[in-house]
Amino acid sequence: MSAVDPAVPRRSWLARIWKFVVELWGVLRRPSSVFGLGVLVLAGFVAGVVFWGGFNTALELTNTEKFCTGCHEMRDNVFAELKTTIHFSNRSGVRASCPDCHVPHNWTDKIARKMQASKEVWGHLFGSIDSREKFVDHRLELALHEWARFKANDSLECRNCHSAESMDITKQSPRASAAHQRFLFTSEKTCIDCHKGIAHHLPDMRGVPGWQ
Amino acid sequence: MIGKPGILLLVIALAAGSSSLLAQTLNSGLRGATPLNEEGPAAPMTPQRNTAEKETRNYPEQPPVIPHSIDGYQIDINGNKCLSCHARARTGESQAPMVSITHFMDRDGQFLASVSPRRFFCTECHVPQNVVKPPISNDFVDIDTLFSRATPGGRR
Repeated sequence: MSAVDPAVPRRSWLARIWKFVVELWGVLRRPSSVFGLGVLVLAGFVAGVVFWGGFNTALELTNTEKFCTGCHEMRDNVFAELKTTIHFSNRSGVRASCPDCHVPHNWTDKIARKMQASKEVWGHLFGSIDSREKFVDHRLELALHEWARFKANDSLECRNCHSAESMDITKQSPRASAAHQRFLFTSEKTCIDCHKGIAHHLPDMRGVPGWQ
Repeated sequence: MIGKPGILLLVIALAAGSSSLLAQTLNSGLRGATPLNEEGPAAPMTPQRNTAEKETRNYPEQPPVIPHSIDGYQIDINGNKCLSCHARARTGESQAPMVSITHFMDRDGQFLASVSPRRFFCTECHVPQNVVKPPISNDFVDIDTLFSRATPGGRR
């Protein structure tokens, strides 16, 4: 029998798939003899709407704080830290949620970041930071990634809410007003250069520029 | 010897005295009128002084107070937010006063290259100021005023 030789059924399995692909291509490239062009166009349109809607809905589901804090890595470490900061608790009750700062809002950039995040899914599945100790060990590396991202896009996620044009420096403390005029308005520095640790605790800052 | 009317008078006087003591509410500047066995309402939070202008020290050894808000500043084993402006190498950019050289000294009086670990936790001595009316007044005067008092026609 052919089962004795493992190479034979594998080849036939591949051959069957190839045959299916060839037949499918044959069907796809021939004009339909059953459905009218209007039916095909309309069905394609509806299917497109359903697919696109479904895709974006699923994407937005992964873009919620509920989803992010569904993993204990986020819930017990960074989310717990966020709660004490001004981005969670403040006088006006306006607050930032995880994706506001950590996922670009522009669609193409968002998709790019979501693809990168597949590594974070891998990390969750294989438990690379599944304990407090492991998280603390990796904290600097994780923070460096985010700082590099903010530096590269000129702190875009900060600026989605905090615009330099709308910033009234007369309403700021003299210290903040001086620093913003000197470094922010001249584009010498970007938000993250000075405001590290604004929403989470800092990692070991030895060796980070500007820190002791 | 006190007679019967004397004892009666004494008892009345004692009773009147103790009842007036009992009726008296303890009123201190810190507690307000809240009785000792009760907890009063929390005092309202007062605004923090945030002018970034140096305050005069009351005596030379006084740790300078922090004239700005330090909300959310992390000072722990991982980092020291204060030093990202007040460290020697940072003062050029920040224009903040440098941490005093005395803070570089270890306990044997040897100067280290940067802030000594025992002087690392700034808020042990340096504190921000809130705009409050002191609940208890203070008649502290500084040394210059004292010297001035000793001279005829000096400040009182």
